[in-house]
Amino acid sequence: MKNFDFLFTAWMVVWAVFFTYEISVARRITQVRQEIERLKQQLQQAQG
Amino acid sequence: MKARLPLTILTALLIFAAGYAALFIAPEEKTMHAIQRIFYFHLPSWIAMFSAFSVVFYANVAYLITRKRKWDALGVSGVEVGVICCTIGLMTGPLWARPVWGIWWTWDARLTTTFILWLLYIAYLLLRGLLEDPEKKASLSAIFGIFASLDIPLVYLSNRLWRTQHPQPVILGGQGSGLDPTMGKVLLLCVIAVFCVMILVLVDRYRLELLRNECDELRFAIESRGAESGSNPLRANEPALGKAGR
Repeated sequence: MKNFDFLFTAWMVVWAVFFTYEISVARRITQVRQEIERLKQQLQQAQG
Repeated sequence: MKARLPLTILTALLIFAAGYAALFIAPEEKTMHAIQRIFYFHLPSWIAMFSAFSVVFYANVAYLITRKRKWDALGVSGVEVGVICCTIGLMTGPLWARPVWGIWWTWDARLTTTFILWLLYIAYLLLRGLLEDPEKKASLSAIFGIFASLDIPLVYLSNRLWRTQHPQPVILGGQGSGLDPTMGKVLLLCVIAVFCVMILVLVDRYRLELLRNECDELRFAIESRGAESGSNPLRANEPALGKAGR
């Protein structure tokens, strides 16, 4: 198949960009959730 | 979030089906041969980008009318996802252009207006990073987002209004345009697959922004309590992470 390298690279680019972005969003969600838990505990301590 | 797992599985199946159809079922184009198959990922990424930026426009207008933070969250989420789709389009385009045109890039109307669109939304994200006050950040980015969206119709119409190196539209392009029926079906499958991925990513990004808002509210509550008691409990136990994940 002629120009298969270009075709394969384009195919990889599409899914690599989407999945890298999705992983970055999932990682940021985990970090923010941890931060929320920590802040909730801190708020409880401040109230208690 | 109960529907999340089935939707993810369905999207994964669609990705595999779309990939298989684009590579093995779609008929080979007469002049470009195999390289034309990039079309099945290139065009869907633009459709996903236009959809994401349309969501941004709607969210920006809704924010300026209602001043509700959920619209600002949807706006910034849509911009990030739209920029991702635009980046994919801008990367797959040159990979298609190089073997067909003999060049990676040319400053014709379609490519230039698209590159400007990408820069405008990158500027939107940078602008948000520079502003601290949430109200000011949301208002200014909504106004800037509406301004940036003026380029969207220009991108769409560029190869209809001007002579471009970029091919004339094959869909809704008037006389002489059109697709082979099998190509059309494969393209539809690819559009649905990329669109589903875009929606899943957008929902996650929106969830992240809502969590950040919740985080900010908690910080504000702790700081207010600290101000009342004369101490700052937030600073006393501040972790290395700071503003979570930003």
